[in-house]
Amino acid sequence: MAGHSNYVPQSAAAKWLESRLPVISLMRGSFVDFPTPKNLNYWWTFGGILFFMLIAQLITGIVLAMHYTPNAGLAFDSVEHIMRDVNFGWMLRYLHSNGASMFFIAVYIHIFRGLYYGSYKAPREISWILGVIIFLIMMGTAFMGYVLPWGQMSFWGATVITNLFSAIPMVGDAIRTWLWGGFAVDNATLNRFFSLHYLLPFMIFGVVILHVWAFHTTGNNNPTGVQPKTKQDTIPFHPYYTVKDFFAIIVFMIVFAWFAFYVPNYMGHPDNYIEANPLVTPAHIVPEWYFLPFYAILRAVPDKLGGVAAMFGAIAVLFVLPWLDTSKVRSGAYRPLFKQFFWIFALNAVALGYLGAMPAEGTYVLLARICTVYYFAHFLIILPMLGFLEKPRPVPTSISEAVLKSGSGKPAGAAAAPETK
Amino acid sequence: MVHTDQAEPTRRDFLYIATGAMGVVGAGALVWPFIDQMNPDASALALASIEVDVSAVEEGQSITVKWRGKPVFIRNRTETEVEEAKAVPVADLKDPLARNANLPADAQATDPNRGVAGQENWLVQVGICTHLGCVPIGDSGDFGGWFCPCHGSHYDTAGRIRKGPAPENLLIPPLEFASDSTIKIG
Repeated sequence: MAGHSNYVPQSAAAKWLESRLPVISLMRGSFVDFPTPKNLNYWWTFGGILFFMLIAQLITGIVLAMHYTPNAGLAFDSVEHIMRDVNFGWMLRYLHSNGASMFFIAVYIHIFRGLYYGSYKAPREISWILGVIIFLIMMGTAFMGYVLPWGQMSFWGATVITNLFSAIPMVGDAIRTWLWGGFAVDNATLNRFFSLHYLLPFMIFGVVILHVWAFHTTGNNNPTGVQPKTKQDTIPFHPYYTVKDFFAIIVFMIVFAWFAFYVPNYMGHPDNYIEANPLVTPAHIVPEWYFLPFYAILRAVPDKLGGVAAMFGAIAVLFVLPWLDTSKVRSGAYRPLFKQFFWIFALNAVALGYLGAMPAEGTYVLLARICTVYYFAHFLIILPMLGFLEKPRPVPTSISEAVLKSGSGKPAGAAAAPETK
Repeated sequence: MVHTDQAEPTRRDFLYIATGAMGVVGAGALVWPFIDQMNPDASALALASIEVDVSAVEEGQSITVKWRGKPVFIRNRTETEVEEAKAVPVADLKDPLARNANLPADAQATDPNRGVAGQENWLVQVGICTHLGCVPIGDSGDFGGWFCPCHGSHYDTAGRIRKGPAPENLLIPPLEFASDSTIKIG
C-alpha cells in the first residue's frame, strides 16, 4: 500500500498534508506506483469492472431512492411513476436493474478466474474469503432490491426465500416471523428490506477495501501463479493497468448499455409487472437468473431442511476451498488434469442454472441431483485428490521467463486467447 | 492481569470482573430493543381474528379470505370429496398428524379431525403450502384437492399432503362457528 509509493511531496501544501495524513502516498502506493505482475490478462480486468459496477449501482440507487416509496400500498405505483413521470426515470431504473445482472455476470467471471488460476491459495486465502463474503452480501442486496418494486415475483420470491429460514429446527418459525415483522410478507417486510438494501452496498464497499488491501499485501496473483521475483516481473499499476482496466470497462459498458437500452426486460420476469397479490401465487416462480444454480441445488434435495442446508453449503464450501485444494502448483495453466475438471465444473454450474429455471419434475429433478452431487464432489473429493494424483507441468522460474520464452509466452488454455472473449 | 503472581485474588480483581460482567449485561439489554423492534408490532397483532359470513357458499364452492395477511381457504365440500377423504387410511399419509389448532397436537389426520367439528362438509385451512409458503391452487392436483405450482406439492380433499416436497398437511387455524352462518377465525 503506502509502502509501495515513490511519492515525494513537492509543494508546501502537499508536504503539510503528508506529514499529517499520508493519504496521497497511500493512494499513489495503492493505485499508481503499485507493482503489478506484468503478465495479467483480460480476465484480471473484472476486478476493475466490478468496482465500476459497484459505483454505478450506488449512484443509480441513491437517485432512485429519491423517487421511490417503500410502502406496500404505494411501492408498485411509485416504480411506475419512476418509469413514466420522473425525468430519465426509465433510464435510471433500467440501468439499476440491468446493472444488478451485469454485476453478477462480472462477479461470476471474477470468481471463475480465481478458481482457474488458484488465486485462493496461500498466501491469498484472506482475499478469497473476503471475496466470498462480498458475494454473500451481494446476494442479500440483490434479493432485497428485487423485492422493492412489489410485483408478483417480488412478493413471492420474498415469501419463498424467507420461508427457507423456517426449515431451521426449533427456532425456524420465530426467525421467519421476526424477519417478516408480521405473519406474512407485508408492509413491515418491505420497509426493512428497503432500509437494508440501502445499507448493504456500503458494507460491500467496506469489505472491498479490505479485499484490495489483502491482495495488495500479498501482491496480485497472475496467470503463471509464480510470485514476482525481481523488478523485471512487475510494472506500475498506472498507466499500464489503469488503461487496460479502463478499456475493459468501456467494452463491458457497451454490453451493459445494449441490455439497458435495447432489451431492458430480457433478464427480468413479466410477472413482476403485476402488483403483488398475497392471495395468488404465479404459476411458475423462478428467482433472478443469478440465483438459479443455488435454487436448483435447493430443489434437488427432497427434504426441506436438507435442501436449505445444501444450498447454503454450496457457498459455505467456498470458504474452505483454500484448504481443500492440495496441489502445490497454483495456476491451473500448469495442471493438465485440474484444467479438465475445471471446465467440467464450469459446465456443471451452467447446467445447474438451466435446471433451476426448469420445473421441478421428472428428468429435471434427476439431472439436478446428479449436478448437485458433482458440485460438491468437485470441492470435497476431486480437488483434494488431484493434488496427489496429478503430475503438473513444469512451472516457469519467473514471470519474465514465462513471458519472454516461446513466442506466445502465455500459458496454454484460457489465458492464451483472452481477446476472443 | 497485573496480579497473576499473587495467590489470592484481590478486591481489585473482583471489581474488574464485576465491571466487565455488568458491561456485558448492559450491552445485551441495549441490543434487545434493536432486535425486538423487528418482531410483529401491535397493529399486526391487533388483526389476529376475523369473522366470515359463509351463508352464500354453496356445496362444492370455496372462498378465500385474508387472515393475518395470509389466505384462508373456506370450502363447502361435496359428499364425494368427504367420502374420498374418509376412505384414505392414516397409514398412507405422508404427515399422520391433523395439524389442527383446535385439537391436541398429536391428533391423527383423519377426515373428521380435519373438517370443522360437527360440520364435516366445511374445511377451513390456511392456504399456504407448508413447503416454502406459496398459495396452492384449488380443485387440482392428483388427489382432487390442492396443488402448489411452486414446487409441485399435491394435497387431497382434506388438505393433507400426499405427494411432493411439503412436509406437513395444510394448517387448520383456530376457529369456531360464531353463529349458523358465520365462522370466526383466530
